Amino acid sequence: MTRTATRTLLQLAGASIVAIAALSGCSKEEKTTTTTTPAGTTTTTTTTTTAPMAASAVATPASAPVKSASAPLKVAFAYVGPVGDGGWTFAHDNARKAVEKHFGDKVQTSFVEKVPEAADAERVFRDMAGQGNKLIFGTTFGYMEPMLKVAADLKDVKFEHATGYKQADNMRTYDSRTYEGAYMAGVIAGGMTKTNTLGVVGSVPIPEVVRNINSFTMGAQSVNPNVKTKVVWVNEWFNPPKETEAAQSLINGGADVLMQNTDSSAVLQTAGKAGKYAFGWDSDMTAYAPNAHLASAVINWVPYYINAVQDALDGTWKGGGHTWWGVKEGAIDIVSISEKVPADVKTKVETVKAGLKAGTFVIWKGPITSNDGKEMLAAGTNADDKFLGGINFFVKGVEGKVPGAEKK
Amino acid sequence: MDQFALLVAATLNSGTVLAFAALGLLINERAGIVNLGAEGIMLVAAIAGFATAVHTGNDWLAFGAGAVAGALLAAAFGILVIWLNTNQYASGLALSLFGAGLSAFVGIRYTQEKLGEQRSFSIPGLADLPFVGPALFRQHPMVYLAIALTIAIAWFLYRSRAGLVLRAVGESPESAHALGYPVRRIRLAAVVVGGALCGVAGAYISVVYTHLWVEGMTAGKGWIALALTTFATWRPARVLLGAYLFGGVTMLQLQLQGEGVQISSQVLTMLPYLATIVVLVLISRNASFIRVNMPASIGKPFFPG
Repeated sequence: MTRTATRTLLQLAGASIVAIAALSGCSKEEKTTTTTTPAGTTTTTTTTTTAPMAASAVATPASAPVKSASAPLKVAFAYVGPVGDGGWTFAHDNARKAVEKHFGDKVQTSFVEKVPEAADAERVFRDMAGQGNKLIFGTTFGYMEPMLKVAADLKDVKFEHATGYKQADNMRTYDSRTYEGAYMAGVIAGGMTKTNTLGVVGSVPIPEVVRNINSFTMGAQSVNPNVKTKVVWVNEWFNPPKETEAAQSLINGGADVLMQNTDSSAVLQTAGKAGKYAFGWDSDMTAYAPNAHLASAVINWVPYYINAVQDALDGTWKGGGHTWWGVKEGAIDIVSISEKVPADVKTKVETVKAGLKAGTFVIWKGPITSNDGKEMLAAGTNADDKFLGGINFFVKGVEGKVPGAEKK
Repeated sequence: MDQFALLVAATLNSGTVLAFAALGLLINERAGIVNLGAEGIMLVAAIAGFATAVHTGNDWLAFGAGAVAGALLAAAFGILVIWLNTNQYASGLALSLFGAGLSAFVGIRYTQEKLGEQRSFSIPGLADLPFVGPALFRQHPMVYLAIALTIAIAWFLYRSRAGLVLRAVGESPESAHALGYPVRRIRLAAVVVGGALCGVAGAYISVVYTHLWVEGMTAGKGWIALALTTFATWRPARVLLGAYLFGGVTMLQLQLQGEGVQISSQVLTMLPYLATIVVLVLISRNASFIRVNMPASIGKPFFPG
């Protein structure tokens, strides 16, 4: 064999090794997607099996005593992140498991995680429908357009979209009043701050996040009128190093209680490192920094999911509406309040929670002035959902301006 | 003044991650190898380091594990591109994808794990000085190690015989080969050392900097380090300067936001990239200087005989 021939061979071998490496890289990634789902999944991202928890309940539907001809309702969930993110997607998946538990063998659920907010989502929704799922949940804002498109084609499938605003005959939307959790966290923050300076690491300047920052500040002001809130935007939902840096800069600027609207526990951990306080967001994050953790503002999707599945089972499911649930319906809560929080502050939080539950307490109630002195909500009026959905100003006490708001 | 001291401290901390990775890549590239897999290496090292820290509770073992993980991955990459002469860019990209997937897979069970409370470091005596104490002398030891490493690498490259040989391999592997140097083995050694340094950077992110593990957590730091090496014209001191500059402007823009400065946050977010590029391009605007410093054989395969 000539040298050149040997060389060519080697090159070929090298190229194929790279190819294999690249492929195995991919398949590893696929595995990540499927290992958290139960056995029996294929290597594609679509899964049709049930969760391990409920598998035993559903495993032998044929032998169930009062089994009529009706097959279980197949329900599918599309998640934007991995179920192990400890925050947003984790909360949705807990609710899915609760649905399994609640309905037993009347339903059969499945999920696909890490579905990108792009054209891929449309393919996943079609796949889900093709597998016989009759009720499909999409749990991030970016699924709105793909879901609308699929819903228009598949009239016999019911679609539920989280945090969106577009509906169809067979598609409705739902969301949680996260600002109620932010307000209650604010009450605690106001009672705990020594420097009267709070800090918020903001993700993306959209009304939902701005509303949370305002509510957090208003909660703090309700117990401590002198507080001001500093805001730093990272313009991403998930970037732990950047969240860390943002939290550090807020601490450098004098903030001693932090809050975040980003998806990881980085802010809480940074506060822990610096001996300051912070909150958990979306899920209970106590374990990440027990000394810094004051409380967690959590979302509980269970009531809504059970309600939606019940509607579908009963045949009362109707498309086209929007559901926005909060403390009142058990969708929002503040949990794991630290022992460091003084009793009177705790009592105040409980009062607020009770008021929200009974519907007697309203967070967004006039007069509300923006931080440049304009009256945004007249005294005596309660903000309606339309007002809440379009908030793009900071209330008095928050420093700076909402990015991009001045153009309007 | 206090705020400024804290800003300096945060800058040093933030720049350290980039400094380790970029210095590692600099050694690679000085030997003529471009490793686009830096991001993947850092991710794998981040989970290797984090897992070690979780199980042993020892940060130094964690850095060691990160370095070993980085070195192993880099060695695999080195064998592909040096002996089998696969395309460096394609192999590097494959490595970065592979690393992202592998780290996510291995890391599944660690996303909920936490490390113990962190110790704070300070240098006795110096740490209590006004201003310079909080600014400079309360850092993690790795921050000082990054500075020492920069000096060591500069000395190695320009003052030692081995460094001269390394640079010769990067400039003209054919000539080095003709002189009897084992070009391939030298290149492999450079790649392995570079991978180990990227690995240390990855472990620093998960173990010290953010103190947690989540999938994809390096969020582009490896790519920034790659760019930094080039913009710094392959000079160790400039790499360190660039890393601090990037870290400094990042922290500064966040601080400005916190102070409520009326500049849109999107513009501020752009600043670190812009400032680093502008400064490094300005100091490197001399074209012949770039030619002198750029390893002539960079990215090209070498066929002995």
